[in-house]
Amino acid sequence: MTIRRVLIANRGEIATRIIRTCRALGLETVLAASEEDRDSTPARLADRTICIGPARPADSYLKVETIVQAALGARADAIHPGYGFLSERPELARLCERHELVFIGPTAAQIEAVADKLRARAAAESVAIPVLPGAAVDSVDAAISVARLIGTPLLVKAVGGGGGRGMKRIERLTELLAAIALAASEAGAAFGDARVYLERFVTRGRHIEVQVLGDGAGRVIHLGERDCSVQRRYQKLIEESPAPGLPEQLCHRLHEAAVRFAERLSYRGAGTVEFLVDEQQAFYFLEMNARIQVEHPVTEVITGVDLVAEQIAIAAGDGLRLNQSDIRRRGCAIECRVNAEDPARDFRPSPGVVTEARWPTGPGIRVDTHIAAGSRVPPYYDSLLAKIIAHAPDRTTALRRMQDAIASTAVSGVATNLPFHAAVLGEPAFLAGGVDTEFVALLLERDSLRVEGATLG
Amino acid sequence: MTLTAREIAEITRLLEESSFDELHLEIDGLKLHLRRGSTTPPRPVDDSAAAGVPAQVTPIVPDDARQTDEPIVRDCDLQDVPAPMLGTFYRAPKPGEPPFIEVGAPVEADTIIGIIEVMKLMNTVRAGVRGIVAEIPGRDGALVEYGETLLRVRRPSEP
Repeated sequence: MTIRRVLIANRGEIATRIIRTCRALGLETVLAASEEDRDSTPARLADRTICIGPARPADSYLKVETIVQAALGARADAIHPGYGFLSERPELARLCERHELVFIGPTAAQIEAVADKLRARAAAESVAIPVLPGAAVDSVDAAISVARLIGTPLLVKAVGGGGGRGMKRIERLTELLAAIALAASEAGAAFGDARVYLERFVTRGRHIEVQVLGDGAGRVIHLGERDCSVQRRYQKLIEESPAPGLPEQLCHRLHEAAVRFAERLSYRGAGTVEFLVDEQQAFYFLEMNARIQVEHPVTEVITGVDLVAEQIAIAAGDGLRLNQSDIRRRGCAIECRVNAEDPARDFRPSPGVVTEARWPTGPGIRVDTHIAAGSRVPPYYDSLLAKIIAHAPDRTTALRRMQDAIASTAVSGVATNLPFHAAVLGEPAFLAGGVDTEFVALLLERDSLRVEGATLG
Repeated sequence: MTLTAREIAEITRLLEESSFDELHLEIDGLKLHLRRGSTTPPRPVDDSAAAGVPAQVTPIVPDDARQTDEPIVRDCDLQDVPAPMLGTFYRAPKPGEPPFIEVGAPVEADTIIGIIEVMKLMNTVRAGVRGIVAEIPGRDGALVEYGETLLRVRRPSEP
């Protein structure tokens, strides 16, 4: 299937990013935008913008039928869903299949296989990838016996969740039943699936994920790992590759496990297999993300591979154009997510109008953004303003470039988490490399104590 | 927003007659790029008309029937009726049947003015205002965007 015109069913920096590759490939772009985003950067860059509905995502970006109708009406050959919104909704992939539209992503069946976290766990186990002790709970008795077996701390997770959404951490078994009831009702409302399962919570663990590309016919390659341990409430803030200080042998086993998992699904397109690595260097499968990820530029600058271009080529039926031996990883890359969030006010979202936006430039610096002076940051969507990526031959230089980049970035009109990034980039533990997922929480706790102490003193 | 082949021909003629080499037009998300004597094809335009656009600007005989191309004088009594959703707009209940409304017809707020189809789901569209139909920009069988003007209605003047 030849792709000539792509409908982009997304917004913000990722829509802008996808348009850039489409242009480089000589493809026409049609942006499906909400009323709020009609004058956004991607709307200006796209060859055509179609207004699909009002600002609220439920009335625009999340309407499967409307998106497909827009693609058909604009005579697009393909839909790129980006990340979030409809990217992992099997209904969109299936409706595309039915209308002979190319869905730039995996098959509906593959999305379903990984969206159900219990099925994904079972698939991992079937190819000898370790998973954390855990099980589904469908009754009070089952919950208590599973929880006793796992021990605390543990996580209550939504079967239909993922990406940190719908998770509750339990320290004591007395909190268990209330947390399960709450998690189930939240999951039912958010994902239309109230099933929950319990899983051991590893207090000191690193979040390491592996980027894969599959041709849909059983061939899969990996493009190395990303360390995404700098998280706040399960939301990633800084990602880097390679994972600092991780033994080469362990990295190799993670890459192999990711490839094995994706091969088992005959995975098509770009995907990410997420793992948790504990203090004893044991690793466990967490989940697979069946989409392009926010942090994909880290891998792109290291490998020189345009992941969006590969997604499009695979979707168009060109197969996997790269062999594993073609993937050469060079240097170190770090990404900081600049969000319109106020670190001084518990990272509260800060929508508004950007009055000034100065993004960094320089050797090894890449910025993926849709924000310029005058851009609106609407309250309806996520608060990501930009991703700043620093690449260098070694980690020390990459860190220095990132420090300079953050220092030379200026955004006014909305509050941003730039001070947070500056603080992390000055933190000895982060500079040494290899922090775990508790790093941000401990850092913020320490700093808030310091602030309180200063007030008292 | 869509342009007809005739409208594009008209724009092309304006470029031809001007002293400019290039024209970039942007209206409501639709972009048209024309370049005189260019060897590279112009940036894509709206699909419904794309097939009719020559890759190079060639002289086009002006169409005699240009009454629809007259500039529209904004009438402050005219009220736009926007599409409540994106979809395919149909002016008649079934193909071959007379349209729900024509120019000059009186409408009430609940008068049905057309149907918007979204993936086989037919949604009835009502005028929402009272008055006389002055214009029907919404084309039968065409994709309409959310908020695109389907109808212009002349409001009854205040007594």
